[in-house]
Amino acid sequence: MTAPLAQQPVIPEFERGSECIRENRQFCLDWFVDNFDRVFAPRLVEHIELTAIAVGIGFAISFAAALIAYSQGWFETPFAIFAAFLYTIPSLAFFQLMVPITGLSVTSAEIALVSYTLLILFRNTLTGLREVPEDARVAARAMGLTPRQVLRRVELPLALPAIVAGIRIATVTTISLATVAAFIGVGGLGQPIFNAIQSGFKTEFVAAGLLAVALALVADALLVLLQRILTPWARAQRA
Amino acid sequence: MSGGAAGLAFLEATKVYPGRRAPAVSDLSLEIPASEICVLIGPSGSGKTTALQLVNRLITMTSGDITIDGRSVGGLDETELRRGIGYVFQQIGLFPHMTVEGNVGTVPRLLGWPKERIRARARELLELVGLDPDEDLRRYPNEFSGGQRQRIGVARAMAADQPLMLMDEPFGALDPITRDRLQDDFLRLHEEVPKTVVFVTHDIDEAIKMGTRIAILRDGELVQYDTPDRILAEPANEFVADFVGADRGLKRLRVWTLSDVELGPPGEGTPELTAPEDTSLRDALSRMLVEGTERLTVVDSSGAPKGTVTLETITRLIGPEQRAVEV
Repeated sequence: MTAPLAQQPVIPEFERGSECIRENRQFCLDWFVDNFDRVFAPRLVEHIELTAIAVGIGFAISFAAALIAYSQGWFETPFAIFAAFLYTIPSLAFFQLMVPITGLSVTSAEIALVSYTLLILFRNTLTGLREVPEDARVAARAMGLTPRQVLRRVELPLALPAIVAGIRIATVTTISLATVAAFIGVGGLGQPIFNAIQSGFKTEFVAAGLLAVALALVADALLVLLQRILTPWARAQRA
Repeated sequence: MSGGAAGLAFLEATKVYPGRRAPAVSDLSLEIPASEICVLIGPSGSGKTTALQLVNRLITMTSGDITIDGRSVGGLDETELRRGIGYVFQQIGLFPHMTVEGNVGTVPRLLGWPKERIRARARELLELVGLDPDEDLRRYPNEFSGGQRQRIGVARAMAADQPLMLMDEPFGALDPITRDRLQDDFLRLHEEVPKTVVFVTHDIDEAIKMGTRIAILRDGELVQYDTPDRILAEPANEFVADFVGADRGLKRLRVWTLSDVELGPPGEGTPELTAPEDTSLRDALSRMLVEGTERLTVVDSSGAPKGTVTLETITRLIGPEQRAVEV
């Protein structure tokens, strides 16, 4: 029997590594900095792509579904049940389930990731539309806006804060879930984590995890910023 | 349909809500000449708001017709009809995500006006309703008080110079002082820009103050349609008499000013107690009671005496012998 993996980390250029590396400490900044471009940058880009595509497609589906449910009330329950059902599937199982159908591919990963965004995006969009003040809606109709103009010029802008709140939750959740997608070999920040679990190299493990957290925080901050830009009225207060 | 004022007519307009047997509005026939303020008043459930919303088709009529300058509202495109009618209601309904300029410019934008014209119009209107165009155009509705918001609501309803304005308890949610000020300002505004106005309220004092004509509704039916003075002087039945209140005689005094009554000759020498001729009879009476006098000297705007008014003149006006003063 060889020694446990944790004691023999498979680290590139181990012999020339620093003391921190050779002792496999919790986190070696020098290694992280030296290897960022090679080990992490491509994974980070993949992770952003996975997330952006999932939230983008998830939003398109949920938005359309919410608009339908808003005008056709009966549609809400079946779609909500469908989305809630998808949401309850354990993520690891979901990725694995897709493999026989769409293979070890980004498509498999995206189908699972998109599925998890639907519930929150659908609910928030629909709630946002329903919470538009009735008086604004009446005023819009009474002034001769067509139903489409009421939706575009009044209801959607006023639902925007709720919609963006949904996108924020969906984005942060997807960034976290997308690490699991590395299980079916589609890259992303989950890849270095899976590598490190096998090799026992702590720095790679911790760095990938921290990057995922940092990505989530940055994405969330950007969305808050976007919301502020899009809803200048929300900050206006009576002097 | 823009500019000037439009004549409005209800022709046996009837609304029956599905599942209800009694009509909400029943065979309502009413002619409102251009530039008048017609107040629809009645207890809750009398159908006044329903009647109002039949005009811009927020509610669909069951039978009968409503015409604006002779054209049936049913024959017009719904959105086009509404763009030609100003609508002001108690909840105001300003768009919180639009600036004041965006709110006021809503209908002009729908009508495709160029940007500069919309801005100029918004400035003009803001000034007209007593707000500051330089300060307020770029602010958002939640930066204003209730009274200011309803001023913006009124400006928005006039933006495209609509010849007809529907107002559903527009000042109902405001405190008494603000309400009074907005009523006065609206009347002044109406003199400057005499639109045809249909004004719904449940407050008889407001009806008397605002209306050139008052239509009293009960259970969807028109009970009396007359000038404020005739409604007070000659209520059509007990319901109207009850509705206008036991103090209808005193209320009448508010309808008239000293310039409306026949004055006695001015007294000799320097008058002790004077009252401008635009004083309401009610205020004049109050003055007499407070000062313990039976005679006031009426002066014109320059202060020159025009005649005298006595307690007897006033009591005769509302006493049992006197009928409504004809306009």
